[in-house]
This record gives sequence, structure tokens and C-alpha cells, in this order.
Amino acid sequence: MTLEHTDVERIAHLARLQISGDEIPAYQNSLSAILALVGELKLADVGQVLPMAHPLDVAQRLRPDVVSEADQRDRFLAIAPHSEAGLYLVPKVIE
Amino acid sequence: MTNYHTATVAELSHALHSKKVSSVELTRHFLDRIAAHDRRLNSFITVTTEQALAAAAEADRRIAAGQAGPLTGIPLAQKDIFCTEGVRTSCASRMLDNFIAPYDATTVQRLNAAGMVMLGKTNMDEFAMGSSNETSYYGPVRNPWDLDRVPGGSSGGSAAAVAARLAPIATGTDTGGSIRQPAALCGLTGLKPTYGLVSRYGMIAFASSLDQAGPIAQSAEDAALLLQALAGFDPRDSTSLDRHLPDYRAALDNSDNTSPLVGVRIGVPQEYFGDGLSKGVHDAIAAAIAAYRKLGAETVDITLPNTRYAVPAYYVVAPAECSSNLSRFDGVRFGHRCQDAVDLMDLYKRSRGEGFGAEVKRRIMVGTYVLSAGYYDAYYLQAQKVRRLISDDFRRVFDGQQVDVILGPTAPTTAFRLNDKTSDPLAMYLSDIYTIAVNLAGLPALSMPVRPVEGLPVGLQLIGNYFSEAQLLNVAHQYQRVTTWHRQIPQAYAK
Repeated sequence: MTLEHTDVERIAHLARLQISGDEIPAYQNSLSAILALVGELKLADVGQVLPMAHPLDVAQRLRPDVVSEADQRDRFLAIAPHSEAGLYLVPKVIE
Repeated sequence: MTNYHTATVAELSHALHSKKVSSVELTRHFLDRIAAHDRRLNSFITVTTEQALAAAAEADRRIAAGQAGPLTGIPLAQKDIFCTEGVRTSCASRMLDNFIAPYDATTVQRLNAAGMVMLGKTNMDEFAMGSSNETSYYGPVRNPWDLDRVPGGSSGGSAAAVAARLAPIATGTDTGGSIRQPAALCGLTGLKPTYGLVSRYGMIAFASSLDQAGPIAQSAEDAALLLQALAGFDPRDSTSLDRHLPDYRAALDNSDNTSPLVGVRIGVPQEYFGDGLSKGVHDAIAAAIAAYRKLGAETVDITLPNTRYAVPAYYVVAPAECSSNLSRFDGVRFGHRCQDAVDLMDLYKRSRGEGFGAEVKRRIMVGTYVLSAGYYDAYYLQAQKVRRLISDDFRRVFDGQQVDVILGPTAPTTAFRLNDKTSDPLAMYLSDIYTIAVNLAGLPALSMPVRPVEGLPVGLQLIGNYFSEAQLLNVAHQYQRVTTWHRQIPQAYAK
């Protein structure tokens, strides 16, 4: 499994990561090596084995559908990079 | 000043309760040691001097009032992955260099409630991704046994801090070996509990189906004391398990019986003694097996045939979950944000590109790839099936062959040199070859020091069945009652 230059660009885009052009060859090599390693999984005889999502196969616990958290809006906004009037600020999305 | 740092937590607890020392004195002693030694070791990212002294004074009041528990007044180092209200929680990443959590992790709450005194937050691999503590934004940690070597990772700062006795005990987290491998490389006793035993609320997530917090300690007895305070049901963690917990310390057998392990069956898996295991580590483990036979245990040869698939399965499951978990770092709500973003896509990409280091980006990209359209069945679904094969291997041994504990090496070698493996991610991944299967199966396991090789610690791993922490700790404790490897301190830090 060898990734092309464009594969790494596409994955980085999907992952929302800025990767500079001169970093790409190193990622090409290491990602290809990792994919070769995980490719060994193909050799495992899984037959009718069910996929395992939880080590103890317990079901998701539910709780009553009631408000349990206090309003902490100000505390959360205080650690935001940019906020104003109780809102998070981001670059303009709609022209 | 008395050498408080050569004492275990159990001994310090006794000294505090018999008023031979105050928590403020102890706390000052360890803060002084951090100031004297940590410039070189780099085991702490943040030292919380003022909060520690205030917490120590409060602990002394509780002890005086007779309202203290066994851990009240004991200084502690917290891995910088646990959110601490009002104190920076960086996860050793530039992304969170400016992050001050608005709340405490459940584990932090529980240890505070027990009266423990946090000395500071320890260095680690960035977002717990690494096995040498070299991916930290704050620089590598050095191993107190040899400053040219790594302490292991990802909980390398916690392990180095306890090994150098800058703290008597520390917390760690273990996703693929991140408590046990650094404990092994630094000569400590580290326990990864059963998945679901310790709350993950407020512990910055790496791979949610694998992550567990646990103690990094000087002895099995100390690990038992800290586990008692860490473990317990938490409604804020949807995978937390609600069950009755034993008294872990009381489960340690301190009788005069010279064959305390009669009736205990120890399984020795052939797959853990193959190519790649260094001769020195092999021989040290073999000597420990002989010691266990003298203690009365029966050893049986076992096989875990799907062990070879553990590392490949892990490097699908862990990156997949990491790519999902780390998508929350978007430059909008908290953490690093790039300058002058032209649009939202630019904001996301540059904030994340600048905020994450190379290994974190690599794992996010592996995870993104294996979860992308057309590849899910071949990678993620296959890995989840293989995960069950690995889990079934253990089940056959514990339930089918009535084995109580599985014994083997924790890591294939002693601590390696700084920069030895940084250019080869796969070589780094293979240093967790014996620890990863345990996380995939969700089992508890510990590492403890046995006979060193050329002055470097060797870790022995004990793996137990689900919720068998009390038995695991007792099996380790029996070895530690007849040996002194766990009491060894690197010479430069013994005084």
C-alpha cells in the first residue's frame, strides 16, 4: 500500500490539516508504512466473528431526559479565542 | 531534612497520621526536590506551588480534626491530560498551551476529595501519542536512571517524577501501554485498570474505547491505595461501570505464610518470549518466574495465538478514534487559533496544522484514511473483528484453562536512547508490542520492576481477568515482599 502525493493531500484536506508541500513526502513514507503494517489484518481468519465495539459488551447506559447541567456559558466563552456578545466569532461564512 | 522521598506512600501516610510530619513539610520537601532536579529531567509542565501549599495546609487541618483518609496530605503528580480547574491542562500540545479547563476531571475531583496534594502537572507525549515522551511540545523527559535515555511514554513525566522521587506517586493514562511501559522503563509499579473502572470524564480523550487512567507508584501497596481513590462509578462517563469495589489494600496478604501463592496458576504465553525480546529482559523475567514458583505459584505454558495482530489492530482502532476525538480542536471554542484566517476552512486547517505536532497529525491522517468511504470495512470493521479474536484468546486462558494471572515482559527492551526511534514511527510502535493486546481486550494489567539489566530497570507484566485488580496487586505484592527491586532509587536522586 503506497500512497501518492495527491492521496496525502486529500487525506490532509479531509482531516482539516494544513500540511506544507515539503512535508508531504515524509508523510507519504510513514503513512504508507503504517498502512502496510495494518494491512496484515487481512491475514486474520475472522470467519463469522462479530466486531467488538466494547471490551465488556455492555449496552449504552441511558439517563432520564432532564436538564442536569448548570448554565456555564460565560465560563466556556471565557476560554474561546474570540467571542463577543455571548457568541463565538469565526471568519465570515456567508457573503 | 529527613529523607521523606525514600518512603512509600503507605509509609508517608503512617507518618502523617502519627504526626511525625505535616503535609506542609512533605509538600515543601517535594517542591524543593522539583526545583532542584527538574530543570534537567523536564518531568513537569506546570508546578502548582501555591495551590499545593494551600491544599497541604487544609490536609493538615483535616488530619488534626481526625477527618483524614489514608491519602490525605500525600503529595501527588497529575499527568497533564486530566482537566484541572484554574490550572493549565496542555496535554503537552501547542494546541492547548493556553487552555485552562473550566472544570476538574472526575479523577482530579476524587483525589482532591481524598485530601491529596497536587504538586503539578506532568509532561507526556502530545495527546498521549507516543512511547518515549519525545512528542511533547514542551520537550522530551529524561529517564532518571540514565539521562541519555527516554522514560517511556506516554506517561513519561509521571514515571520520571516518581522514579526520581520528585513526587511519591502519580497518575497516568494507558491507551496502548502508556502507564505500564514507562513504569517498566523507570522501575515503578504501574497499573492499568479494567476498562470502565476509572472515570474518563475530564481526561482528554485519545481513543475512547481503550483509554484508562491508573496509578504510577513505588509499590503494589501504593498502587492499591491510589486505585481505591480513583475507581468508582461516574454518571458523567457513559462507559463507567457501576459495581461493588473491593478494598484493594486489605486484599494484600501480609501473613507469615512462606508459600502465599499456593493455588495460584500463572500462565506464561510463548508469544511474549519470541524474537525481538532482548536477552537481558528475557533472563530477568525468567528469574522472576522462578521466584514465583518459590512463592508457591504454579506456572503453565499458554498460547495467545492472535498476539501478532494486536499492533496492526491497534493502529487502526486507536487512530480512527483519535481522528474523531481530535476533530473538536477547531480553533473556534478553545485552544490554539491561527492568525488572520481568510475563511472558515483556512481557520480549521491552519489552527490544526499549527497546533498539532507531527505524530498527532500522522495518527489523525491514518484514522481519517481508515474511516473514509470505501475503506471502512477493510480496515475498521476488520480490526474490530480481530479485536474480538484477541479478546477470545484471553478468555480461553482465563476461563478455559483456569489461569489466574498471565506473566511476561512489559517491554521488549530496557529504556532506549533519546532520538533512537524518533525517525521511525513503526519501530516506536513496536515498543508496545506486549502491552497493546490488553487495551484491545479491556483487561487490567500491571508492570513492576524485577532484576535490572546493566543498571536499567526491567518491567514484568501481570495481566488479570476483568475486575481482578485486587488479585493482580496481591500477586505483585507477594513478589515485592521478598525482593527489593521496587525500593531502588537512581543514585543521583537517593539523597
